[in-house]
Amino acid sequence: MALPLKATFALSLLFLFSLMLAASAEEEFSEELLLKPLPDRKILAHFHFRNEAPLAADSFARHHHLFPKSISQLVQKFHIKAMELSFTQGRWNYERWGGFDPISSHNAKPPGVELWAVFDVPQHQVDASWKNLTHSLSGLFCASINFLESSTSYSAPEWAFQSALGSLRYGTLPREAVCTENLTPWLKLLPCRDKAGLSSLMDRPSIYRSFYHSQRLHLIMPTAVSDGSKSGIILEQTLTVVLQPNNQKASMNHVGETKIQPSWSLSSIFGRKISGRCVLAKLSNIYLHFERGLVTQLDNLQKKSSKFAANDTGPEAFRGNAGFELSVTPERVHTELEKSSSVLYEYPIKEYKEIEQFDLGLTWKHPVVWSSSHAPLYASRFLMGSGNERGAIAISLKSTEMTKGLVSANNVEERCKLQVNVLQIVPWYVKVYYHTLQLLVDERPQVLADFVERMRVSPSEDKVSPGVMELVLQFPCEMKSAVLSIEFDKGFLHIDEYPPDANQGFDIPSAIISFPDFHAGLQFCEKSQSKSPLLSKLQERSPVLSYTEVLLVPLTTPDFSMPYNVITITCTVFALYFGSLLNVLRRRVGEEERLLKNKDAKKAVFLRRMLNKLSAKLRGRPSESTPSPPSSSSSPFVSPKLILRVLMVAGIAVAWQYYSQ
Amino acid sequence: MGANENNSAKPRARPIVRLGIFLISHSNIVSVVCFTAGVVALLLLPILAKNTYISENALMPGSANNMLSTHHVSDANKFIKDLTDLEFRSGSSPIESQKLIAHYMSALDAEVTFHKFYPQFNHFHPLHFFTSPDSDIISENATCSSFGINTFGIIRAPRGDGKEAIVLVTPYNPNKVGLGEALSLGIAYSVFSLLSHVTWLAKDIVWLVADSQYGEYSAVAAWLREYQAPAFRRVDIVNSETCNESSTFNELGQDLYLDGKLYGGFRRAGTMAAALVIKVAEQGNQYEDSLNIYAEASNGQMPNLDLINIVNYLAVHKQGLRIKVKKMWSLLGSKWLNTLGVIFESLGRIARSLNPQWKFGIPATEYVEGAATLASSLYYQGLGVPTGPHGAFRDYQVDAITLEISPKVSLTKMIRRNEFILRGGRLIEGVIRSINNLLEKFHQSFFLYLLTSPSKFVSVGVYMISFALLVAPLPIVAAYLHSNASNSTPQNTSALEVDASHKSWKWLNSARKVLVIHLWGVVVSLLPFFLCQVPNTTPTTNFILWGSLSASSLLILYLILGSPIFEAAVSLHEKNKWASLKSVTISTAFIGLSLMSVINFATAEIGALLIVPICLLARPLKLDTQARSWRTLLRASCNLALGFIGFPPVAFVLLKGAFEDFYGINVSDYWNWLESLWAWNSATYLYIGVVHLPCWALCINILFHPC
Repeated sequence: MALPLKATFALSLLFLFSLMLAASAEEEFSEELLLKPLPDRKILAHFHFRNEAPLAADSFARHHHLFPKSISQLVQKFHIKAMELSFTQGRWNYERWGGFDPISSHNAKPPGVELWAVFDVPQHQVDASWKNLTHSLSGLFCASINFLESSTSYSAPEWAFQSALGSLRYGTLPREAVCTENLTPWLKLLPCRDKAGLSSLMDRPSIYRSFYHSQRLHLIMPTAVSDGSKSGIILEQTLTVVLQPNNQKASMNHVGETKIQPSWSLSSIFGRKISGRCVLAKLSNIYLHFERGLVTQLDNLQKKSSKFAANDTGPEAFRGNAGFELSVTPERVHTELEKSSSVLYEYPIKEYKEIEQFDLGLTWKHPVVWSSSHAPLYASRFLMGSGNERGAIAISLKSTEMTKGLVSANNVEERCKLQVNVLQIVPWYVKVYYHTLQLLVDERPQVLADFVERMRVSPSEDKVSPGVMELVLQFPCEMKSAVLSIEFDKGFLHIDEYPPDANQGFDIPSAIISFPDFHAGLQFCEKSQSKSPLLSKLQERSPVLSYTEVLLVPLTTPDFSMPYNVITITCTVFALYFGSLLNVLRRRVGEEERLLKNKDAKKAVFLRRMLNKLSAKLRGRPSESTPSPPSSSSSPFVSPKLILRVLMVAGIAVAWQYYSQ
Repeated sequence: MGANENNSAKPRARPIVRLGIFLISHSNIVSVVCFTAGVVALLLLPILAKNTYISENALMPGSANNMLSTHHVSDANKFIKDLTDLEFRSGSSPIESQKLIAHYMSALDAEVTFHKFYPQFNHFHPLHFFTSPDSDIISENATCSSFGINTFGIIRAPRGDGKEAIVLVTPYNPNKVGLGEALSLGIAYSVFSLLSHVTWLAKDIVWLVADSQYGEYSAVAAWLREYQAPAFRRVDIVNSETCNESSTFNELGQDLYLDGKLYGGFRRAGTMAAALVIKVAEQGNQYEDSLNIYAEASNGQMPNLDLINIVNYLAVHKQGLRIKVKKMWSLLGSKWLNTLGVIFESLGRIARSLNPQWKFGIPATEYVEGAATLASSLYYQGLGVPTGPHGAFRDYQVDAITLEISPKVSLTKMIRRNEFILRGGRLIEGVIRSINNLLEKFHQSFFLYLLTSPSKFVSVGVYMISFALLVAPLPIVAAYLHSNASNSTPQNTSALEVDASHKSWKWLNSARKVLVIHLWGVVVSLLPFFLCQVPNTTPTTNFILWGSLSASSLLILYLILGSPIFEAAVSLHEKNKWASLKSVTISTAFIGLSLMSVINFATAEIGALLIVPICLLARPLKLDTQARSWRTLLRASCNLALGFIGFPPVAFVLLKGAFEDFYGINVSDYWNWLESLWAWNSATYLYIGVVHLPCWALCINILFHPC
């Protein structure tokens, strides 16, 4: 008896323990907003929502408290290991808005829709899962993501994303228009929707008036350290917008003087204020981020105007500076470890009363000019050539001030190398000749093998799969510029393969240029280590990634009324051909001549007969030459019946004409 | 003729064959009827012209209110003032003005780039006809000192995906800024400053200030070459050590990229949707502000008609500008055209009195204007030389036109100038907004058309008729002559069997002759290439040299291949030899004209008018003079006159006289004209050398045939 008792005790203990475990790993939701002034008088607003749910064996069947069920079902059904979906409008300006910070390498996305997913299924089921996933997402987000189902529109790159060999699929739809219909289902995944909390700032007109707008959904299944099994689902939803604070004074252009940055507040850029946090959120913060360049400039300003009280070190000091002033005192300030480091002001959101809503404002006092940090190489891509026959794609990489710094730092050591990964996907109707890949470094043609570390090419297959080219390049750090060019022929599509508005041209999706040796991440002091997901995201060391422009290739398009013309012309040609062929086959020359002669003879006979008949009638007696009775009655030309019929038809016609007028 | 004899013996042929035989047997009447019908159809074209309409619905010109305000105009005025002040200031280098322009552009948040280019002077490359400009050719005589700097700024569409761009071009000579150029820059600047902060932009805007000190075309062409087909290799001819001037360029770049701008390379902005070249005429002496449209690109290519339509629509209905396309002024006053117009008008009136539904008569004055415009349209398309910098865009399949706005009075007065900039700017703004609306590239409307007025056009389906009628008699007459030549011999032969085989291939002899003459034509058209290598020659000497070389090459050909070609053979068929020669000549002329009509229709049309009558009429003078009837004498004199007119230099002088004036025409003009033709890779040059000249020579040969 003791044994079963012991067993039940142990079981109940286990049960209790597991319950406790479940309680400890509860569903969590946090909302954060990062604001960052950009060098070209614009503001970056980055909303970051994180939803975390534990993963129990039965959790998929269970009702979730905060986590959206549709997403968890998606994960369960398609065995997704990781997934990212982004809807973007506008272009991220790598030059002005920076390309070397976590925001730009995570949230700068190519225009349109981009989707990648990693599946936890056997190799042969991956494509099927992908196809089903695209359809589900298409329904979930009111977008035509289902066009990614076709095998011509997705591919399986291997090196661009570090994770998951083989089971990753990647596809983009550059022409997808993004609008509120995509935002609404995205907001529905949030526990407070846009009714409370930070998401209530999302005023549709001001969001869609932005210069860049990217909404992103990122699913991760973190694996537990101990046994490698999945421990939960993390859903990250981010919305990145670049806004221009509307400032009447700024629209006046003053040539020759540096313009002062426009002052702004939350209410002026979004048209709304924050009335409170989302009560379901564990964390609700607003951050204001000053990047390195700006902080340096501000420090310089501060030094210049040193009459400002230098000994003032309270929190009030953070509120203002010689260069700027904040309307609200930050709760906490995070500074980076390095000497000239970026600064992050933190504002936790509390419940506010009706009258005093939270409205963060920034007023600039002096013009400040700074520039964002750039990726090691500035990548741009363009088309070359003209005409409907062939062309070339060129990717040009130019060094930035960042690589110059590298050279000066590393010149004592061995030759420093700069690794660049390039992923280029081209649709099948752009027939790329991979052997024409040329590399020019510093305007001199170079042997490709000297610079290419690894290369993976899967040529496109007509109407089946796109062409994928992955390159791992090693450049010397002192390189000024490099150009990769590759030639292509423009293919012909079948008439029903043309998309609507085919005369616009066809898109070549963005190439992805990544720098695996460089990591964009901010390092904050230990003490400021908080539980904030956004901060940990910013501190995450992730490779620098940038997307190139989408290209538009004009292909030969038929005149789309052409099918009709073609049908008529081919029918005519066929009719003529078969007609004459049959004519020739049927005809026998000798026979024809004989017939012709006969006809001539008959004609003569007929004439004579008619004459005879006429004379006989005139004479008033039956002619003797009418041998058969039918000939007398049914001579077609004199038949009274026929005349009667003709007269009747004519009468009807005349009557009709008369009546109709 | 042949049909009549065999009619009784053989069964009747099929109707189509019978029709053919009928036509061939009545070739004289047919050719006269067809030719006159062709000429009449050509003269009728102004009447048959249709009103233009905007074919692409997405364009929606003028549906939005203009946003360009006086505020932008005053900005533009400030810009113009700064620019002209710079000019007056002594000792300022041309670089300064480019700096100023770049400064103004970057103040509008545009991405500014300088493009340094070495002007590529046009040279005669015999094998480069029809090929797209090659990036690898760099002019050999590009020196350090002779380079131009294009300045261009790009406004990125705020929410656009950057796949497409609209290009604004303002040619500008930094060494000598005229008021017109400054104003054109001002108009472009006002539009640019508006576009830098509008929200509706979907395509990027590129404003190119083309350095026109080496010609407007070459600057734009160099920029386009860099944009579309860059040579990434370093130009080794001009290295920086030997050129001090290039350091000024570098300094120019430094100045700009210091203030937070990163990328110093050549910037690009997607596929070009359309391009507008803006010019302001210095002084217009019209009664109102007017707008000239130049559209002809190389080899008679035209931009899509919709582009002209929107400009026309906006200029007329929105800005109240008087719009013009080129006219042959000399035709406006001509009496015969006026009478023709009156005749057509009265015919139209009669037709209308018969049936009010028939509305084809137009007033005589309108007819004359239409005909003058049509003639100029044909002439400039036929010339195959672009009429402005917009021609460079067409080589890359970009639709482009040049808009030349000419003010009513002098623009020195400020108020007047403001209004002028406002109107011009609003027009450009409207056009850009329209193109911006366009989702697809221009494809909806016509590419093959002739303009008879800014708002009337003749489409390809209509104007082909006259050409078809003009060339239709050629194969018929050739067939007639061929059958005649082969049929008329048998009467006086004794050895029928031998002759039959000989006779059927007799035309080959003539074909050989024709081929040799055409080869001579090719040689003649290649000669200028070698003449160009001779240094220090004037056009007159070149022309004389060329003429004598051509003549001597003909003589050499005669000497080498003399016996089979020019030999006055004493064969029995000599009498008919000219007929078979004429038949083959006519066939080649037909083939040449038909081919040319595909490449450049207008050339083929004008060429047909010149060469077809002589081809049809040519007949040995000896025969005509022997007959001594008034009819044959008339024919002989006609032949002589036509033969004279058909000689290319004479035809050139006559055409130039008809369209421009006879004043100051000399021999060297012809050389200059041809030089411009080959320099612009015009197919007309090939046509003259390979089709027209040999056909003319053969016709002359027939005229003086000894028989």
